[in-house]
Amino acid sequence: MATPAVTLHLSRLARHLPFSSPFFKPVLYPCARILPNLPFRRRAAFNSSRFTVSASVSPASSNAENCGLDDEIYDVIVVGGGHAGCEAALASARLGARTLLLTLNIDRIAWQPCNPAVGGPAKSQLVHEVDALGGEIGKIADRCYLQKRILNTSRGPAVRALRAQTDKREYATQMKEIVESTPNLSIREAMVTDILLGKNDDIEGVQTFFGMNFYAPSVILTTGTFMSGKIWVGRTSMPAGRAGESASLGLTENLQRLGFETDRLKTGTPARVDRRTVDYSGLEPQHGDEEVGWFSFDLDFHVEREQMCCYLTRTTKSTHQLIRENLHETPTYGGWVEAKGPRYCPSIEDKIVRFMDKESHQIFLEPEGRNVPELYVQGFSTGLPERLQLPLLRTLPGLENCSMLRPAYAVEYDYLPAHQCSRSLMTKKIGGLFFSGQINGTTGYEEAAAQGIVSGINAARHADGKPLIVLERESSYIGTLIDDLVTKDLREPYRMLTSRSEHRLLLRSDNADSRLTPLGREIGLIDDRRWKLYQDKQARILEEKKRLKSVRISGGDLSANVTSLSCQPVKDFSTLESLLKKPHVEYKVLDKHGYGNEMLSRVEKECVEIDIKYEGFIVRQQNQLQQMAHQQHKRLPEDLDYNAITTLSLEAREKLSKVRPQTIGQASRVGGVNPADITALLIILEANRKIAYQEKRLQLLNSVKTDTDGHISAASLKETN
Amino acid sequence: MASLLLSPLRFRHFLYKRPKLKPPSPLSFTSFKPLPKLRPRFPPYLHSCYRSSSPLADSDHKTHALLLGRDERAALLNGSHPQPQPENATTIAAIVTSLGGPPGAVGIVRLSGPSAVAVVGRVFRPGRRKSKSKSPWRPTSHVVKYGVVLDPNGNVVDEVLAVPMLAPRSYTREDVVELQCHGTQVCLNRVLRACLEAGACLAEPGEFTLRAFLNGRMDLTQAENVDKLISAKSVAAADAALAAIQGGFSSMVKSVRFQCIELLTEIEARLDFDDEMPPLDTNQVVNKIHSMSQDVESALETANYDQLLQSGLQIAILGRPNVGKSSLLNAWSKTERAIVTEIAGTTRDVVEASITVGGIPITLLDTAGIRETNDVVEKIGVERSEAVAMGADIIIMTISALDGWSPEDSELLDRIQSNKKSTGSSTPIILVINKIDCVASDCLERVQQNVGSFNKHVLTSAITGQGIQDLEKAILDIVGLNKFPAGSRRWTVNQRQCEQLVRTKEALARLKSSIEEEIPFDFWTIDLREAAMALGQISGEDISEEVLTNIFGKFCIGKELTKEELKEKEKIRKAKEKEKRKKLEQEKELEKKRLEQEMKKKQEKEKKKREEMKRKEKEKAKMKMKHKMKK
Repeated sequence: MATPAVTLHLSRLARHLPFSSPFFKPVLYPCARILPNLPFRRRAAFNSSRFTVSASVSPASSNAENCGLDDEIYDVIVVGGGHAGCEAALASARLGARTLLLTLNIDRIAWQPCNPAVGGPAKSQLVHEVDALGGEIGKIADRCYLQKRILNTSRGPAVRALRAQTDKREYATQMKEIVESTPNLSIREAMVTDILLGKNDDIEGVQTFFGMNFYAPSVILTTGTFMSGKIWVGRTSMPAGRAGESASLGLTENLQRLGFETDRLKTGTPARVDRRTVDYSGLEPQHGDEEVGWFSFDLDFHVEREQMCCYLTRTTKSTHQLIRENLHETPTYGGWVEAKGPRYCPSIEDKIVRFMDKESHQIFLEPEGRNVPELYVQGFSTGLPERLQLPLLRTLPGLENCSMLRPAYAVEYDYLPAHQCSRSLMTKKIGGLFFSGQINGTTGYEEAAAQGIVSGINAARHADGKPLIVLERESSYIGTLIDDLVTKDLREPYRMLTSRSEHRLLLRSDNADSRLTPLGREIGLIDDRRWKLYQDKQARILEEKKRLKSVRISGGDLSANVTSLSCQPVKDFSTLESLLKKPHVEYKVLDKHGYGNEMLSRVEKECVEIDIKYEGFIVRQQNQLQQMAHQQHKRLPEDLDYNAITTLSLEAREKLSKVRPQTIGQASRVGGVNPADITALLIILEANRKIAYQEKRLQLLNSVKTDTDGHISAASLKETN
Repeated sequence: MASLLLSPLRFRHFLYKRPKLKPPSPLSFTSFKPLPKLRPRFPPYLHSCYRSSSPLADSDHKTHALLLGRDERAALLNGSHPQPQPENATTIAAIVTSLGGPPGAVGIVRLSGPSAVAVVGRVFRPGRRKSKSKSPWRPTSHVVKYGVVLDPNGNVVDEVLAVPMLAPRSYTREDVVELQCHGTQVCLNRVLRACLEAGACLAEPGEFTLRAFLNGRMDLTQAENVDKLISAKSVAAADAALAAIQGGFSSMVKSVRFQCIELLTEIEARLDFDDEMPPLDTNQVVNKIHSMSQDVESALETANYDQLLQSGLQIAILGRPNVGKSSLLNAWSKTERAIVTEIAGTTRDVVEASITVGGIPITLLDTAGIRETNDVVEKIGVERSEAVAMGADIIIMTISALDGWSPEDSELLDRIQSNKKSTGSSTPIILVINKIDCVASDCLERVQQNVGSFNKHVLTSAITGQGIQDLEKAILDIVGLNKFPAGSRRWTVNQRQCEQLVRTKEALARLKSSIEEEIPFDFWTIDLREAAMALGQISGEDISEEVLTNIFGKFCIGKELTKEELKEKEKIRKAKEKEKRKKLEQEKELEKKRLEQEMKKKQEKEKKKREEMKRKEKEKAKMKMKHKMKK
């Protein structure tokens, strides 16, 4: 059992981890009791692999020309073609699993139904991380951007965030092309209404509305807002997943029948206006950055394009007045929608009612594409009826004569509180069933993609009989996201925020590759070309850091410049490294005076600068993390009967038996579990450990006594350790 | 056999290895701190398992069940190993009022555990009941019962008041019975013994608190302070412990922590919601940080006081023979503890006396006068005096105002100072010029010429008691308590809390330097978080969600109204609606009245009309009749 774990623990000491830090390595949990003789095959990427199911039926082949019954048997079925579904299907297919992507409408694959943008604070880290693991979202965003900006530039490297406005149609087309051209991946239009279970409550496949059965040992549900979706404009509602698309009905009931808890969430999207009817003359333009940042670490996707402009307008007194007069017409204040919307993107009426004293709110106008007239009115979502929406839009400066192309609407949908999943995103109830994306109660394309890639990887591994992968909370934003989802009792759509990560200084976008690409390589999603790119980059950075340590200067222009910038004296024979550590001294200063390294790219220079400049902080955080990880990663037995632990508070007993955390750290984050409960848990863990240890020793002693062959007992000792 | 062997072994290992859990450093994970602290707090408990020869040996193994007693899951977890069902938690008993010292009027024996009532039932006979009644004692919770305690032979041991406090409304959340006996040690011991004989086990020190803690009765701060309450040496310490239980310290910690979180909120909101925020007011942030670090520092200063309260001070009185050291001790402690004669070298050994200064317990050590002597006994005395002086917290060097500053005094001072140098200690020395009653005040100036080498000097007269108060004040000054006017301190800081306060202070100091160096403000959050977490460890709270909720609550990014706020809004809305309705109703009523009046008028008119009509008709009829008649 320990063997697979060891093989994945290859040396992955990236440049950011000068100390060997076991907690950064992914922890592997066996998805099932794996037979010890099952070979752990295939290290290199993109090799065809013998998956358990397909192998028994037909040899795995990359061309999907086979016909007949065989087509209905796959390794992995992904339900839903959104951002989670695409990422999951791609990851699974690339790992060699025969994958089927079932979607309601093939033309809407990877659609961006709301904001035509990717990235932003915390979300951009997710995109970088998905890319570092070998995902697709970053590459597509880099390919389809209309505008790019780096936010929070002056606020520290950990919160620097890239945001891209994207061409929503181009984005969907690009992703569709990739999904369609990926080997091992088939697409089919279908509405899944039920899941098929095997003898041991393991998943066997799915059933569609028209009576088709598709079989696979792993199924990923990424239903988004479609499960029993219902859209609202004013008081009028209709069943739909998105405007103009039918909802998926029946699946919720069947999941409930299997014992899953479901709940309802609400989200919304603002109106779109025709950009040809907007008067930009009085609006504040927002241009993209001159130096474009990139999501993907793959240099092949760094192709610059012409950028488009966004505009800033503000709400006016008449906006506020119009809303106040018509409050009774909105769902929240009229009181006919109960589901909770997200706090962080409130509707315009919420903003106005709850922050009475603020006279004006910012509204952004963002283009939805190069060839479409639609403008996205960010920050202006509303539940008002359609007849009031246009007058409301026309109260905004610049939009006085605008015409509205699509009304704003809200959507209500079913989700499954994610405590029903473990951190591999496999459900605890049904082996082989995975949930990803909005079904787990998140919002955002980036959050969906992050879950998608994890579930895709794990679904493929599950089908292949390999241990599942868990990204620890401290390893990445993806890990933080999933840990929050499965641990906390979330009752509103979850959006990733930088404040959700306790050690964000270590989880920066610039080191996402050195944190996760080696893992991606080991999993098999990073091909040789990409791996070489990565290794070369790391080598250059390391080399440069060595150089900066060894080159010393005395006096001269550079020294004078550094003194004037930092207001600190420069000693003779200072290393370049020590200069870079001084406040306000950037790598550019070295470049300016000819002390820079021209071989390095801008991004690499930035990496070097961050590593050196903030070394003290980074080391401190790493030490803290190491100590914390030591405690928090204590495993909790999966069969622990919390209800029998009377030293736990009643609430903790209830919550812990519901969430069934895998580690002490996770347990401590479960709402309602107080420190005293953790103390009690620790006492019990320790006691059990002692008991087990004593037993083992006693058994060993007995076996030594009875066993005449000393070698065997020695060997057994090794194994148990 | 194996399992029998295992059970004591298991506990022993568990108890002794447990401190290993001690985290390498205090970090975000609040709940880990308490564990290692269990050990110093309950040392006798931990050691007890080795005292197999003690008379309570068999009860020892029962007490162990306390930690794991309710843990039935252990068996479930190790399904292969049939574990003996641990006994239900035992019932413990102990004298909970302090022993030693002068007896109080009342002493208390406390029992706690599932069979506390049964045990008391066996030894306690309520006053009004007939002596032979055999029905078991069924107390009403929190109702005091008068009666007597009997020993197993039926002899009356003591008259007592029994105070039953049934679970969970008790200190330990178990059934608790307190027997209030007469305060003498003999009485208390006999009552306790009767309880032990009736089936209770002797509680280890702190075990009630441990049970209270394990049963979730109190949080960490409270538990620690209850522990302190037990071991408090003086009244002031008891007051401080009480204040902390009531939350004086907690509220201070909470307020600083709250400020940290507010700052975090301010900063983090700007990181996640850049577009919608006004820029950060750096000056205000810096000011806040300054005021917070001041708060923390003042809290830390009280840590000193706290240690003093717990451990007390040792003060050695040194000096040449016959300068009045023993008289000073006697006058100060208001006893005749030391023998006082005119003969130099009367005191041969170290004499102790306990006093309290400013609430701090102080042990006075009177020593043999230091001089070159051939007397063997006195020589040993002198050696001891010097040894004591080295171990004391404060040295009082006494000289006589009659003799003035003599060469021997200089010699003695040199010896003390060289000793201090060699050991590297910095024990403060107070010069006491005694016997001022024997000299004219103008002669004193001559004596005071050497005061420069001392931290303080005080003029006293052991005979009249003059100057003793000055001496006490000098001592308080030296230990740094003069800054706190008496009665202003409400709480104390213990070691664990002190550690976290230091952590907070350091974090805030780093934060200040980060700001000075103009490091981007994402880095500020690291130290702010650290400070908030350190403070959270004291009060046992986590911060991650709090910051988020704050962000949502405070800024225009959307706000989650609390239930109360929602209720209030509802109320306001309803009130408004009511007013509207009232107005409407009033208007309606007015209209109604108007209508009614109009109706009435109409009706009256109609009536009149009808009446007139009738009259006319009648008249007509009459007329007709008349006509007919006429006809």
